Amino acid sequence: MNGVADVALRLLAVFVAFLVLPLLVGQTEHKVMAHMQGRLGPMYAGGFHGWAQLVADGVKFAQKEDVVPAGADRRVFQLAPAVALLPYLLVLLAVPIGPGSGLVGQVLDAGIFFVLAVMGVGVLGSLMAGWASANKFSLLGGLRTAAQLLAYELPMLLAAASVAMAAGTVSLVGILDAFHWWWVPWQIVGAFVFFVAGLAELQRPPFDMPVADSEIIFGAYTEYTGLRFALFLLAEYAGIVVLSGLTTVLFLGGWHGPWGADGLGWLWTLLKTAVLAFVVIWLRVSYPRLREDQLQKLSWTLLVPLSLAQIALTGIVKVVIS
Amino acid sequence: MTPSHAAVSAAAAAEHGFLSPTGVEITFLLIGLVTFGAALVSVTTRQLVHAALWLVVALGGLAVEYLLLTAEFIAWMQVLIYVGSVVVLLLFGLMLTKAPIGRSPDADSGNRWAALLVAVAAAAALVWVVVDAFRTTWIDLDGPAAGSTRVTGAGLFQNWVLPFEALSVLLLAALVGAIVLSRRAKAADAAQQARAGGAAQQARAARDGQRPAEEGKH
Repeated sequence: MNGVADVALRLLAVFVAFLVLPLLVGQTEHKVMAHMQGRLGPMYAGGFHGWAQLVADGVKFAQKEDVVPAGADRRVFQLAPAVALLPYLLVLLAVPIGPGSGLVGQVLDAGIFFVLAVMGVGVLGSLMAGWASANKFSLLGGLRTAAQLLAYELPMLLAAASVAMAAGTVSLVGILDAFHWWWVPWQIVGAFVFFVAGLAELQRPPFDMPVADSEIIFGAYTEYTGLRFALFLLAEYAGIVVLSGLTTVLFLGGWHGPWGADGLGWLWTLLKTAVLAFVVIWLRVSYPRLREDQLQKLSWTLLVPLSLAQIALTGIVKVVIS
Repeated sequence: MTPSHAAVSAAAAAEHGFLSPTGVEITFLLIGLVTFGAALVSVTTRQLVHAALWLVVALGGLAVEYLLLTAEFIAWMQVLIYVGSVVVLLLFGLMLTKAPIGRSPDADSGNRWAALLVAVAAAAALVWVVVDAFRTTWIDLDGPAAGSTRVTGAGLFQNWVLPFEALSVLLLAALVGAIVLSRRAKAADAAQQARAGGAAQQARAARDGQRPAEEGKH
């Protein structure tokens, strides 16, 4: 296969995954939440158990009027959804789903840092939306988003650094090549910190203070309607896919599995990612929202010390076994 | 840079000219112009938040330049630290104090000409030093990456480990200093409150105490 066609095929595959997987997670959330709460969830759209509910939602969003408030900063307001969504597309490019360089969008030398850096950029979208809406609820949401990002970026980075130390490389493909099964118990604290900090960065419950619909009316997204609002929602679900995928790759061994790693490695990655996405949904149904001070306290007094302890443990074990 | 590398670079320089730019060089120049333009708008615009957002463009452009020079690790660090944290901190500060939509008539300073003079002088000095130091250095963009994580790490922790450690001590001192300053401000304000009381002062104390603490955390 020649170079251009290869690149085009990879980009296309990543783009299709970017469009399909978030919708799958969204539909699963509808159904799982419903059954956990003793409801049925969507049952009519598409016929079989409401499988086309999110397609119908998309059509609905596309038909709605696209309103920009009179007092808003027009250009920043309109640009914000794209800034929120595109980084997740870029991150998906770097996540390997199978062994070798065949099943990854683009092999990057400093994959971990690329992924974390670009995910941080996505939050700028919420900040821009919060400021440009000219609405005090939106501004509050933006403020809370920024405070949350500042608190949770550090433990996330430290947890990722622990894996990089263990593998001796910062490339996502290289980390998977170096993986052994006993890394899972070794890095389990780091995995917990990474996953929790990632949830906070995505503003998913129980860390959804910035969008708390019952007090600040969806925060930064209060003024958004139609397609732009749908793009923000899509960014949230793409974020779940990316976070679950990254946790899988960094801490759960990605395509490694008890058997069949040669041909079916990608299936292991997808399976682990799906299980983690289910946990994200489960947490939304089971835990109440944390207060702003509880949020900050959790990060600075629990996650940061835990991640530092994990780095120390990684360093000690690394020195002992080498 | 090792002597052998320098020799290779000098040899490479002999066969390079400025008259037949490659695609990468043209891209580099164009991105440089965009970065420069964004930086200019960022210091001249009257809209405070727009200035911070143009700063994102300027810093992102710089990251792309690093990427074009094959320094991938440094490029992502640039995005992670500057775009992901420093600009977020700036926006946080703006939103916490005032974030007016539209032009701020007071977003100007009588020092603008002095600032321009300092900026031009600093830019001239930097350009002169960099051009003088790297005039004959060429990076082979087609070979193995000259700025990969492995090369950067080895350079940092073998040749430059002393400056690196000195810098980290400096940062630690700044961190401790920020904490000390914020605590002293809080104690002084508390004493003042005990004397004067009043809700307005309490609010001011809370705000004044909070801001250095935020900087310290970072």
